[in-house]
Amino acid sequence: MALTGLDIFKLTPKKNCKDCGFPTCLAFAMKVATGAVEISKCPHMGQEALDKLAEATAPPMKTVKFGAGEAEYKLGGETVLYRHEKTFVNRNRYAVLISDSMSNEEIDSRLTNIEKVNYIRIGEEMHIEIAALKYTGNKDKYIELVNKVKAANLKVAYMLICEDAEVLKEAVELVKSENPIIYGANKENYEAMTEVAKENKLVLGLKADSLEELYEVTENVGKLGHKELILDAGSKSIKEAFENAVQIRRIALKDGDRTFGYPSVIFAGELANNNKYMETALASLFTIKYGSIIVLDDIEYAKALPLFALRQNIFTDPQRPMTVETKIYPINNPDENSPVLVTVDFALTYFIVSGEIERSKKPVWLVVPDAGGYSVLTAWAAGKFTGSSISNFIKESGIEEKTKSRKLLIPGKVAVLKGDIEDNLPEWEVVVAPNEAMHLPKFLKEM
Amino acid sequence: MALKKSVQKYSGRINELKIGTGEKEITLGGENAMAFHSFDGEINAPKIGMEILDINPEGWTNSLKDLYKDVAEDTVEWAKAVEEKYNPDFICLRLQGADPNGANKTVEECSELAKKVADSISTPLVIAGTGNHEKDGKLFEKAAEILDGKNVLLMSAVEENYKSVGAAGALAYNHKVGAESSVDINLAKQLNILLNQLGVKYEDIVMNVGCAAVGYGFEYLASTYDRIRLAAFGQNDKTLQMPIITPVSFETWNVKESIAPESEMPDWGCQEDRGIMMEISTAASVLAAGADAVVLRHPKSVETIREFVNELM
Repeated sequence: MALTGLDIFKLTPKKNCKDCGFPTCLAFAMKVATGAVEISKCPHMGQEALDKLAEATAPPMKTVKFGAGEAEYKLGGETVLYRHEKTFVNRNRYAVLISDSMSNEEIDSRLTNIEKVNYIRIGEEMHIEIAALKYTGNKDKYIELVNKVKAANLKVAYMLICEDAEVLKEAVELVKSENPIIYGANKENYEAMTEVAKENKLVLGLKADSLEELYEVTENVGKLGHKELILDAGSKSIKEAFENAVQIRRIALKDGDRTFGYPSVIFAGELANNNKYMETALASLFTIKYGSIIVLDDIEYAKALPLFALRQNIFTDPQRPMTVETKIYPINNPDENSPVLVTVDFALTYFIVSGEIERSKKPVWLVVPDAGGYSVLTAWAAGKFTGSSISNFIKESGIEEKTKSRKLLIPGKVAVLKGDIEDNLPEWEVVVAPNEAMHLPKFLKEM
Repeated sequence: MALKKSVQKYSGRINELKIGTGEKEITLGGENAMAFHSFDGEINAPKIGMEILDINPEGWTNSLKDLYKDVAEDTVEWAKAVEEKYNPDFICLRLQGADPNGANKTVEECSELAKKVADSISTPLVIAGTGNHEKDGKLFEKAAEILDGKNVLLMSAVEENYKSVGAAGALAYNHKVGAESSVDINLAKQLNILLNQLGVKYEDIVMNVGCAAVGYGFEYLASTYDRIRLAAFGQNDKTLQMPIITPVSFETWNVKESIAPESEMPDWGCQEDRGIMMEISTAASVLAAGADAVVLRHPKSVETIREFVNELM
């Protein structure tokens, strides 16, 4: 919780020496509390007092790091409840659960699926980031499982789900260099679990039967000096998991209670009870409302396409629109006779326009110059989408070598640019396309 | 230190209004807490509607066409089948046949059909238009008259036609009016105020503040809904205290994920499942953002989202 001026005053030497430039220690403390003066202006502060202050002024939700190399990720560090206030910073990560009680075929199938679902969407690689490996009581099989997943060489981080600290220790040894998350500390085993986590400097996942109990366990682990944690919002019911996820986030950010200032983990597959449709609904809910790690039972494209897309939307800067790469996009296999259509690099516009062209089934070279990431009219008004910027892009992009067609379709909303472009590109016939993308299929078919 | 739960109380509340008549009448709105935040205040279960058309759904994906092939030629039969089989909270009859760029049926013909549908089912009706503002203005005017007494929701009045929709729909025949704006809190507010100045009570308006499929600008939707709700609850802004209806299916079944056949995207697998998942994910997200009602197309989505809502209530 944020310190008041009086709290800070208690930490000062209370000598009124004026070395800080203020007449009294209290006056100084009051200024520090408002953030107007750095505490370091007092040359007489003890280390203990400084530590206490550092802790008190740390961000309300901790950022924790796990994984290694290409599969290293950060979670938490969020500062707001709603994304319009300030960007959500560390996107949630999706995990797939594999347990030692599964048959070999089942394990193989999940590993294959993790490998298979891997694609690029608006410049970002989409894939499962975490393999969540669950111990259900057969130690040999568990160790075998960890080894097997490791041998599969997937680009994933590990989350070792195991409440038996002895078994966990052995499993950790196998993937120590991968900096796994370990999960499964509860009110009974937290001391032993914390020890494993501390020794290897690993993120530790805590679970409990209720929010109250989770709070206690979190406090207790904190007392043991470990602060790299993630909190399980619970799997007793969907309603409870949702309430807990919201409460954990709110208690930390709104009420400033750092005991709960950690990222959360949601077992969406378990909550959905083997129903992949429900699992998708829940994973969507928790992608928006405060799940940091979302554990799925399995992955397939049908599930991944909406989930990764949703996440990509939610974790964007609300003040900066999403953009696509400025380049030539071939749609419906265009050839040397296909016309050229120009639009802006605002991702939403690109998606709508490319989607409509696809729907038309007509081959088109879609060229996307740099338009500052704005929509057509805004980009035009801002001077980012002009006759010369479009003409220059046509000249420099290499589109003139790709097609012999010299038909250039421009958005109807910037019909005024026609003359300008024609002056710059005398070989081209500039055609004004419809105002709305939805009319493109008809327009292209009749062209 | 003991855990202290964080409770958020607001002074504002969403207006409560009813659609339909009789036993199956539904209530939208009434909540004074963010979506599913039952630990903060009162919430009312969001309602789930199913979309049907007044014409053969030629543009729909094959799996959906198959599902309705026996009834698609006859809208009344289609409505009855949907009511009986899936029991949605409401049926959204989309009068696409009136589209001047399509079948261009007359407003009389479409309205008569809407009346026949309304007479043969007891599920509340939401009437959606063509998206052509001029035609929709006339269409809703006629539909309002012919559906007198059915207490339907006319979705949607836009800035270009709100006068005819508002006057006929809400003022003359006491239906509810959907105010459609496109994902912007100020536009939503402005249209509500315009309708109110015309004489439509705020309590008779349902907002359709826009829809986007996940991945297609959903961030704008999420933040617009958040801001609208925070203004309605926190600032007690009367001009934004309407329930929100979101036509999820109108968007999700048009995106690449739903329409690309398996032959084109073999890796992506079953096309039907992709469409369902896009619809489910978008619907769950829209409900989490604060919608009071969603329109869906696939029975599997309806079943899943119904269970989702029940679990969270």
